[in-house]
Amino acid sequence: MRKLLLRREIVEDEWDYLAEQRPGGSEAVIISLAEWRDNTESWRAWRERLGVRIGPADRVETLAPELARFELIAIEFPGPGEGRGYTQAQLLRTRYGFKGELRAVGAVKRDQLFFMARCGFDSFELAEGEDFEGARKALGTFSATYQPQRRYQESGTNH
Amino acid sequence: MAPARAYSAPVYRYDAIDQTLVNERVAQFRDQTQRFLAGQLTEDEFRPLRLRNGLYIQRHAPMLRISIPYGLLSSTQLRKLADIARRYDRGFGHFTTRQNLQLNWPTLANVPDILAELATVEMHAIQTSGNCVRNVTADHLAGVAADELDDPRPYCEIIRQWATLHPEFTYLPRKFKIAVTGAPDDRAASEVHDVGLHMRRDAAGSIGFEVLVGGGLGRAPMIGQVIREFLPLPDLLSYLEAVLRVYNQYGRRDNIHKARIKVLVKSLGIAKFREEVEAEWQASRETAPRLEEAEVQRVRAFFTPPAYESLSDIEIPQQDAEFRAWYRYNTRAHKVKGYRVAFISLKAHGAVPGDMTSEQMEAVAALADRYSFGLVRATHNQNLLLADVRQRDLVELWKALRALNLAFPNIGTLTDMIACPGLDFCSLANAGTLNVAAQIQQRFSDLDYLYDLGDIEIKMSGCMNACGHHHVGHIGILGVDKHGEEWYQITIGGSVNGSTALGEVIGPSVRQSDVAETIARIVEVYREKRQDEEPFIDAVRRLGVAPFKERVYAKTAAAA
Repeated sequence: MRKLLLRREIVEDEWDYLAEQRPGGSEAVIISLAEWRDNTESWRAWRERLGVRIGPADRVETLAPELARFELIAIEFPGPGEGRGYTQAQLLRTRYGFKGELRAVGAVKRDQLFFMARCGFDSFELAEGEDFEGARKALGTFSATYQPQRRYQESGTNH
Repeated sequence: MAPARAYSAPVYRYDAIDQTLVNERVAQFRDQTQRFLAGQLTEDEFRPLRLRNGLYIQRHAPMLRISIPYGLLSSTQLRKLADIARRYDRGFGHFTTRQNLQLNWPTLANVPDILAELATVEMHAIQTSGNCVRNVTADHLAGVAADELDDPRPYCEIIRQWATLHPEFTYLPRKFKIAVTGAPDDRAASEVHDVGLHMRRDAAGSIGFEVLVGGGLGRAPMIGQVIREFLPLPDLLSYLEAVLRVYNQYGRRDNIHKARIKVLVKSLGIAKFREEVEAEWQASRETAPRLEEAEVQRVRAFFTPPAYESLSDIEIPQQDAEFRAWYRYNTRAHKVKGYRVAFISLKAHGAVPGDMTSEQMEAVAALADRYSFGLVRATHNQNLLLADVRQRDLVELWKALRALNLAFPNIGTLTDMIACPGLDFCSLANAGTLNVAAQIQQRFSDLDYLYDLGDIEIKMSGCMNACGHHHVGHIGILGVDKHGEEWYQITIGGSVNGSTALGEVIGPSVRQSDVAETIARIVEVYREKRQDEEPFIDAVRRLGVAPFKERVYAKTAAAA
């Protein structure tokens, strides 16, 4: 089973990607945005938990009217320099009010987690070989921040 | 409420939040460096992390770029830089066109210790490199220039803090540079920055900014365009967020040479780009940070003018010709009577432009304490200056600077040239710049001749990344590689002060040994054809490139 850093805990993933789904497996499934677009009606009728995975070039505003259908949005980070996902997360949380699980997937290393968490990610599928305990600690790298106002983080180093 | 002031002069002081953040950044980088040295991070993984702390891997050793926010340094900070350069480097540093300091020979394992040393004097190297918002630069005469609307530095500091470790904009498509000016005379090259901010007042007298976007040098130089004529101060950060958010989403990431915001602005057109930013701004204004008046007041309090004495302008002693030349070229008017701005030339003939030894830094720190409220400024022309010198102290200051080889009277002249470190240090460079600078200094060693030429700005880059701003030099020199040899392409007519313009190439590139001769020919044409007191740049604009080109490539051509 896939390990995950979810809300500061190291847990086993309850979700399957569509391609991974086996009979009798998890009933929480993450589909691609293309799959959602191609078969919207059948996925609307799906009775279990549904998540969608988007790439860096996908525009989150096009998902906005459908957000209520998703309990999870996975955002891809194809490489270490990819930065669009930070804006996607920020918009989903602040502008579109997405309250479900927001997961970072791909080249996700501990050094980015502090920034990702501040943009609204609460779930991290870490890159291969990444140390989960180190990553969990990295969420508390800074106890002071400047944005949106200068202050000490409530969620500081003791987490 | 402003904390207790340790300096008697205008400079921002860290509070517990600023200090905690910088200390924790040092700890983070120490951990990252250890993981890299232990093989837990690959070079590809470590690169963006070290770059965001100013660390490049260069030709000979790592290069560390230390941030000097808007060019302002206390004497304590300058002493610390001197100490670091001596203990961790080879006893000198290099001031850059973005008002930063580079060390060329630190070792990687020592860099966390260097950053820890910097943190003790409220300094860092955060975001001096990498694809993020870089050091915010300002007019080097901020706060003392008579033509200034208001001091831009409090706003630079506010932007610095907002941009530091901004969670959303730490992995941009490419680097992002912001410059702020408070005066009509643009001494910060703001029109060739990703964002240029020009302070303005509205009809009610409230402070705001004209916003330019999409300027930049590099491979495809462009001049910034006005995206907004007046941005009210409380909206400063929310508007910058809107610009960056549009850029972060739509800037190109597939080609490093097309990733700057200028390419996005050009491909969309300024009107469409403006529309995108406005839409984003309107949509996010509810949730975006509005700049609180209390925060503006808190930061502004640090920049209250120092305790000037009430003095009269004095008669400047004229007996000594050398002092007279220094006074004329290396000092500038101050808005307060009895004071003057004194430049410290880092362009003495025989010296590497922008370089300074630890001994010189320490001596200048002492002079700043004695003569200028303990503050020093770095300029984008790679010199330093003391902003608040009593006129009656000028002779003494000049003598002290002369003894340090820092009083060479050439500010604004042809040998006050900008040069990047070039092939001698930089792994990106195609050609050397330092030997060319030396060649030009030698060729124009006659000061009377130099003074007769008036204001001529030479700017030189060792490659088309344009760190030496060659596009906007009155005379620009660009190093190019031709079959493994170092050649130089010459442009004329560029300018960055007043009306920004990009220079025009005069013809085929020339050999390294012919650069000084080529420049000599160009200025000879100017001497022959100038009208009255016409400056070089005006003459080039009037005459066009043709007469210069003709002389340079005449039959005893300098160029092969």
